Amino acid sequence: MKRTIFGNQLLPWLLLAPQLAITAVFFLWPAGQAVWQSFLRQDAFGLKTSFVGLTNYAALLGDAKYLNAVQVTVVFSIAVAALSMGVALMLALAVDRGLRGARAYTTLLVWPYAVAPAVAGVMWWFLFNPTIGILPYALRAVGYDWNHGLQPRDAMTLVVIAASWKQISYNFLFFVAGLQAIPGSLREAAAIDGAGPARRFATITFPLLSPTTFFLLVVNVVYTMFDTFAVIHATTQGGPMQSTTILVYKVFDDGFLGLNLGASGAQSVVLMGIVIVLTVVQFRFIERRVEY
Amino acid sequence: MAAITLDNVGKTYAGGTRALSGMSIDIAPGEFVVLVGPSGCGKSTLLRMIAGLETVTEGTIRIGERVVNTVEPADRNIAMVFQNYALYPHMTVRQNLAYGLKNRGTPRDEIDRRVAEAAQILEIGPYLDRKPRQLSGGQRQRVAMGRAIVREPAAFLFDEPLSNLDAKLRVTMRSEIRQLQRRLGTTSVYVTHDQVEAMTLADRLVVLNAGRIEQIGTPLQVYRHPATTFVAGFIGAPAMNLLPAQIADGQLHLAGAAVAPMTRAGGPVTLGIRPEDLRRDPAGPIRMRLRHVEELGHARLLHGQIGDSAAVCTVTDTAPPDPEIRLSIDPGQCHLFDAQTGARLTGA
Ligand SMILES: Nc1ncnc2c1ncn2[C@@H]1O[C@H](COP(=O)(O)OP(=O)(O)OP(=O)(O)O)[C@@H](O)[C@H]1O
Ligand SMILES: [Mg+2]
Repeated sequence: MKRTIFGNQLLPWLLLAPQLAITAVFFLWPAGQAVWQSFLRQDAFGLKTSFVGLTNYAALLGDAKYLNAVQVTVVFSIAVAALSMGVALMLALAVDRGLRGARAYTTLLVWPYAVAPAVAGVMWWFLFNPTIGILPYALRAVGYDWNHGLQPRDAMTLVVIAASWKQISYNFLFFVAGLQAIPGSLREAAAIDGAGPARRFATITFPLLSPTTFFLLVVNVVYTMFDTFAVIHATTQGGPMQSTTILVYKVFDDGFLGLNLGASGAQSVVLMGIVIVLTVVQFRFIERRVEY
Repeated sequence: MAAITLDNVGKTYAGGTRALSGMSIDIAPGEFVVLVGPSGCGKSTLLRMIAGLETVTEGTIRIGERVVNTVEPADRNIAMVFQNYALYPHMTVRQNLAYGLKNRGTPRDEIDRRVAEAAQILEIGPYLDRKPRQLSGGQRQRVAMGRAIVREPAAFLFDEPLSNLDAKLRVTMRSEIRQLQRRLGTTSVYVTHDQVEAMTLADRLVVLNAGRIEQIGTPLQVYRHPATTFVAGFIGAPAMNLLPAQIADGQLHLAGAAVAPMTRAGGPVTLGIRPEDLRRDPAGPIRMRLRHVEELGHARLLHGQIGDSAAVCTVTDTAPPDPEIRLSIDPGQCHLFDAQTGARLTGA
C-alpha cells in the first residue's frame, strides 16, 4: 500500500473534517438524540420531560399497533424480496439464454432504478387510483373492485408492487452477472449427463447462484425495511387501518405526526439494531462467500 | 462401443463464421481417433457437434446406425471430458460421478457399484467425499475421467483434457488415458493441438487446418508420408524443414547446388527434410550458415540458413560447430511437395 507522509500533523484531520462533520451532524448526533429520547417521556403539553429508563421499550412490546407494524414489515419484506427477486431471476435467465435483442432489453430494464422512489410512488398512485387509475378500471372490467383506500389487501398489494418495481432492475443486473460467472461448460456437462433444462436449473444453476441470491436477499430486506418510506408515503400513507404501516413509517407517524418522541426514539433504536445486525451478516458474507 | 460416421459435415456459426467444411471421417467401433491442428482450426467445433452442443449446419453425423444431427446431447449416449473439467463445484466427487446416472434413473445400488468401480480404476477412492476445489489438478482430471466412464457410454469425447496439467503429469495421464481406453474398448475422439500427444495416443490421426481435413492416417503414415506441407510442418518436433528447390537434369538443386539424384519431371518443388535427416558431412553439397545452437542434452539443434531459407539440423556429436556447416541428404528421406499447392508429389 502506498503511504503518504504529511509534514503537518493537522492537515490529514483537516482533509477528513468535512466528511466527519457530515457524519457527526447528520448521523451521530441524531442517532444519539434518538437513543437519549428513547429513555425520556414528555407530558402531553411538552412542558415537562422525565427520565423513564426502559419504559418506552417495554411499552413497545405491549403495543398492539407496534406488533402489527412488525408483522406488516415481515409480510412486506418477504413479499417484496420474493416478487422482485423472482421476476428479476426470470428476466435474467431469459437474457442468459441468448434472447434476441438482449442488449436493448437490458438497457430498458435498468431504467426504473434511476427513478426516485417518491416519483415512482406517485406514478403507482395514479395508475392504481380507484377513481382515475387505469388499473382499477381494468380490474373492474374483470369483476374486481379495487380500492386500496379501503381494502388492506389491495393496499398491501399496491405497496409491494410499487416497492418491487424498481428493485427488479437492481436484482436483474446482479443475477445476470451471477449467471454469466457460471462456466457454460458446467451446464453443457449437465446436459450431456442427462439433465433437462428444469433439472439443470434446479441442480446446477440455482445452487451455483446461491451466493448472489443470498447477497440480494440481504440487500432487498434492508431496502424494503428502510428505503421504502417514500413509496408508502406517496401511495397509502400507511393505511388503511395501519395495514401498510411498516416499522420505519411508524417511527415517522409516532414521532412527527403523533409527537411522541420517546416511543419514536425507542422504535428507531430498535431499527438501528436491525440495520447493524443485517450489515454484520452482509460483511461476514462478503468476507467468506456462501459455501457451496 | 459404437462407430461414429461423419459425412460431409460443415459448420457455419450464426455470425457467419465458416468453421468447418467437408468433414468426412469414419471412426470404427473401439477406435481412438485424435483430431489435431493449430488453434482455431475447428477441432472443438467438430467435437462439440458430435456431442450435440453445437448444431450441425451441413452433412450428417451418425453414432452407430443412428443419424444424430438433431438428437439432444443427453440422448446420444456419449460422455465428454472438458478442458476445464467442468466438475460441479457444489457437489462431492461421489455426487459428481453419480449425477449422470441419477438423472437417468439408474437404481441406487447400481450407481454405488459403478461409482466404486470407477473410483477403483482411477484410484480416486480416498477423495470421494471431497469437493472438487479440494483436489489437485491431476486429481480433478481423474474425476472428470471417472464421470465419463461410470456412464459406460458408446463413445468418449475429449477436448484438450490434459492442457491444464504440468508437463510431467501430462505424460503420465496421457499413457493412463490410452491404457484405460484400451481396457474399456470405448470409441474415443480426442482433440489436441499438441502433436506429441496426438502421435502417442492415436490409432488414427485427423490433421485439421483452417476448417478442413489435411490428412487422415495412422501416426506413422502421417509422419512418414505427410500429405501436404502443412502436415509436414505440423507433425514432428522439431518441425520438418521446408525449402524451395528445383529439379533439373535428373538432380535436385537446393540453393544452387545439386544435392541428390532425382528422376522426375523438372521444375520448382518444395523439399521437405526432417532435421534428423540432414547429415553432417564434410564433403556434403549443402552449405548451412549457422545462426545459433540449442542444446537438448541428448542432441543439439543447429539453427541456420540454407540459401535464403531458415533450416534446422539435429546432430548428436558434440564437436563445436563451424560458422558454415556442410550437410548431405539421402534421396530416400526427401519429401517433395508441389511448390504451388503444397500437395505431396507421389512417388517421392
Ligand atoms: N460460438 C462461436 N461463434 C462464432 N464463431 C466461433 C464460435 N466458436 C468458435 N468459433 C470460430 O470457429 C473457429 C474454430 O473454433 P474452435 O473453437 O473449433 O477452434 P479450436 O480448433 O478448438 O481451437 P483451440 O485449439 O484454440 O481450442 C474459430 O475461427 C473460431 O473463432
Ligand atoms: Mg478448442
